[in-house]
Amino acid sequence: MTSTPVEPHVRAAEPAAPARAPRTRPGSRPRTMSTAAVNTALALAAVYTFFPLLWMLVAAAKDPTGMAAGDIFTLHHFDLLGNLSGLMHEDGGIYLHWFLNSLLYAGGGSAVCALISVAAGYAFDKYAFKGKEKLFGVVLLGVLVPSSATVLPLYLLASKVHLVNTLWAVLIPSVVNPFGVYLARVFSTGYVPDEVLEAARVDGAGELRIFRSIGLPMLKSGFTTIMLFQFSAIWNGFFLALVMLSDKNLYPVSLGLYIWDNNVIEDPSLISFVICGSVVAVIPVVALFLCLQRFWRSGLTAGSVK
Amino acid sequence: MADIQSAAAPRELGRAAAGRGSGTSKAGHRDRSKGKGAAAVLLAPFFLLFALATLAPIGYALWLSLFREHRSGLGFGPATTVFSGLANYGTALADPVFRSGFLHVAVFALIYVPLMLAGSLLVALLLDSALARAKRFFQLTLFLPHVIPGIIAAIIWLYLYTPGVSPIVSALRSGGIGFDLGSTTTAVPAMANIAIWEVLGYNMVIFYAALQAIPRELLEAAVLDGASELRASWSVKLPMIRSSVGLVGLFTAVGVMQLFQEPLLLNHSAPGAITADWTPNLYNYVQAFKNTDYGLSAAGSILLAAVCAGLSFAVTRISNPWRSA
Repeated sequence: MTSTPVEPHVRAAEPAAPARAPRTRPGSRPRTMSTAAVNTALALAAVYTFFPLLWMLVAAAKDPTGMAAGDIFTLHHFDLLGNLSGLMHEDGGIYLHWFLNSLLYAGGGSAVCALISVAAGYAFDKYAFKGKEKLFGVVLLGVLVPSSATVLPLYLLASKVHLVNTLWAVLIPSVVNPFGVYLARVFSTGYVPDEVLEAARVDGAGELRIFRSIGLPMLKSGFTTIMLFQFSAIWNGFFLALVMLSDKNLYPVSLGLYIWDNNVIEDPSLISFVICGSVVAVIPVVALFLCLQRFWRSGLTAGSVK
Repeated sequence: MADIQSAAAPRELGRAAAGRGSGTSKAGHRDRSKGKGAAAVLLAPFFLLFALATLAPIGYALWLSLFREHRSGLGFGPATTVFSGLANYGTALADPVFRSGFLHVAVFALIYVPLMLAGSLLVALLLDSALARAKRFFQLTLFLPHVIPGIIAAIIWLYLYTPGVSPIVSALRSGGIGFDLGSTTTAVPAMANIAIWEVLGYNMVIFYAALQAIPRELLEAAVLDGASELRASWSVKLPMIRSSVGLVGLFTAVGVMQLFQEPLLLNHSAPGAITADWTPNLYNYVQAFKNTDYGLSAAGSILLAAVCAGLSFAVTRISNPWRSA
């Protein structure tokens, strides 16, 4: 490799070094210094990613005057309870409505998405049929087309069939994720041994029964991974809801906050509700990811780029 | 994708390869008709919804892009829709606003992609180094922004860019550094920063997984040869995960073409720097919602989707891992 030319030189310099000893012994000065450097750099990166979140957390507890004055990291102007109750009562308690809408879109959408993805991925893995890889190529093509590229065409179609400004306009596109099918196929090859299915067939079980009572339970972790990723994708989604919905009672929380934020200039008191509402809106996804760390890790590593 | 797949999850692939030889084909022979029926039932829901949510809209947009609303006289009276061939495409391509949208996203990508790749690679390498402590904590903290809804991230950062509200801007000011979101040279990097903040940890996890998959013997050999940690990172680790980095970079660049919510928000704060139709996606949005020109919006959407699909196809040429096997 590239280090070959230096090799004899180094070897000559450290003739007595035992084979497995590192260059510098732990605890020696250069090593301590680079440990400090590595960890300082990591800490700086962590400050970069965490500072805006910290700001958001503290600002959520500040009254609008304190917010607008930039008076965040002081002990004045705290009014968390006032913000929360204001948030819950603003515009007839619509925030709670938005929150429940988001739960419905993200919860329902991701559950259906995981189920149909797992079924399709399992079928791609376990059955041989004509044109299978061509069909799978269509799925991969779907992975390549970014989902936001189809949002405006979706709107045009939905307005043609009068689905605009209904729950379905957001729910139906939310259950489709070609990447979920790809992931499910990877999980199926890894977690469902063909021998088990063979044994069930010998016992006379029907194919769909085998999927329901053997395949699906074995793919539970794949199901959870896909559901988790889709849940956060829908929860974080904004573009689709923005174009599809005009009735504010149907808004998901992301769209509602955006609309409030747009009106801050006319109504400065909204600023606290925007920030406080953002913190509340972030809690479910953060909690999910913290509880289900194992799954997003496996999803990212078994998966790929998307 | 195939490359990352094999780099990050060799176990899964190995098992997959082992399983395929024996099971699937046998099952297919024995119960061909039954298996086919089951496969169709299992595949149908996904493909039905996929057709409904992806193929149909694109097909309809293609159709719609061939028509133009024609208003008689002074624009009063009912509009009639007339077939106009490729005229909408011509209008979009001839519109300097639409074309400069592509230029804007290209400039944005030139700033954003290299910085994002360098940043996430750096933290991944730092985490992978034997010297890093509290790896789990750092991984979580760095990943956290990815879980935050993009629109909320953009709102938060915009407040952090607002003089008077933001502690960062006041700190910069007291340090003698001015910050004016109103100028393009500030607004575009400011937007890149929001995007980097959101995906840094996500790509870090991907790169970290790829780094972890490098055979440890290789790194031990490098260390035995006297390579420093830094040298090992540069000459051994980086070349080993080159394909992951390349793919992430290309996919990010294609994704940037779709830029929408960040410029939409920045347009409110800095309309002089970021116009309402700053990116192709925003242009199509404005055509549909402000000008109600569905034909032009459809044509613009098709052009954008075609550029994206073409780009991702051309730059990756990904082979389906199951096809070659």
